[in-house]
Amino acid sequence: MKAFSYGVFLFVFWLLLSGHFEPLLLGLGLTSVVLTIFLAKRMNVIDHESYPVHLSSQFPAFFVYISREIVSANIDVAKRIMKFRCKSISPQLIEIPVPQKTDMGRVIYANAITLTPGTVSVELTKDKIIVHALTREAADDLSAGSMAKAIPDQVVEK
Amino acid sequence: MIIDILSWSCLLGGGLLGVVGGIGIHRFPDFYSRQHATGITDTLCAMLILLGLGLQAGMSFATFKLALIFMFLFLTSPTASHALANAAMHGGLKPKLDSATGKDES
Repeated sequence: MKAFSYGVFLFVFWLLLSGHFEPLLLGLGLTSVVLTIFLAKRMNVIDHESYPVHLSSQFPAFFVYISREIVSANIDVAKRIMKFRCKSISPQLIEIPVPQKTDMGRVIYANAITLTPGTVSVELTKDKIIVHALTREAADDLSAGSMAKAIPDQVVEK
Repeated sequence: MIIDILSWSCLLGGGLLGVVGGIGIHRFPDFYSRQHATGITDTLCAMLILLGLGLQAGMSFATFKLALIFMFLFLTSPTASHALANAAMHGGLKPKLDSATGKDES
């Protein structure tokens, strides 16, 4: 079932990338999709990590949240760069807990931290992330943990 | 006309942010804080430029490809930044921290 939806997804992807609708090219595209599915199935790589459909319901809200965070963080860092008169940054190295239960959730959390300018995740372990923050405010915001709640995190039943 | 104005303001805004990011790389004191400046060019700068180009292209296959570039940037750029920072930390590069906090640098 998962392989089938993956195949449909791949074929639509192929159509949109190529833009060809002649029967011969459609057939060739379909053949390559089927071959890809066959190989992926044999290699056993169509799982919840490479093809995380179970997160798709949570993703739009997360995307809106992270976009807003990115824009506000960008404006903040840009302002600090352009502040020539006084010292505008106060770099911090902090450790924050990772409440996510799955590997996927942890990785998304670490990447979301890095994606917002002003904070970079330096090291990720099972239960904590070491973060380098450009300012004390950014570090405090992160420690407050509002971002952790927005991360898509869902345990998949095997 | 309105689309032109929107797309050009996006393109110009993106370009401006790129310049600001470049200034930031030169202004900030050490590797880790410089990474925050490159974070600007990685995220909002690239997004605005891609959005501006997409508005210029209209509804076409080119726009879809631009959206794909956006998606791959969205997924790969934080991974690359994290790999860089992690490698620097493991290589023993100490970040310059704000001395007023009283935290030690170990």
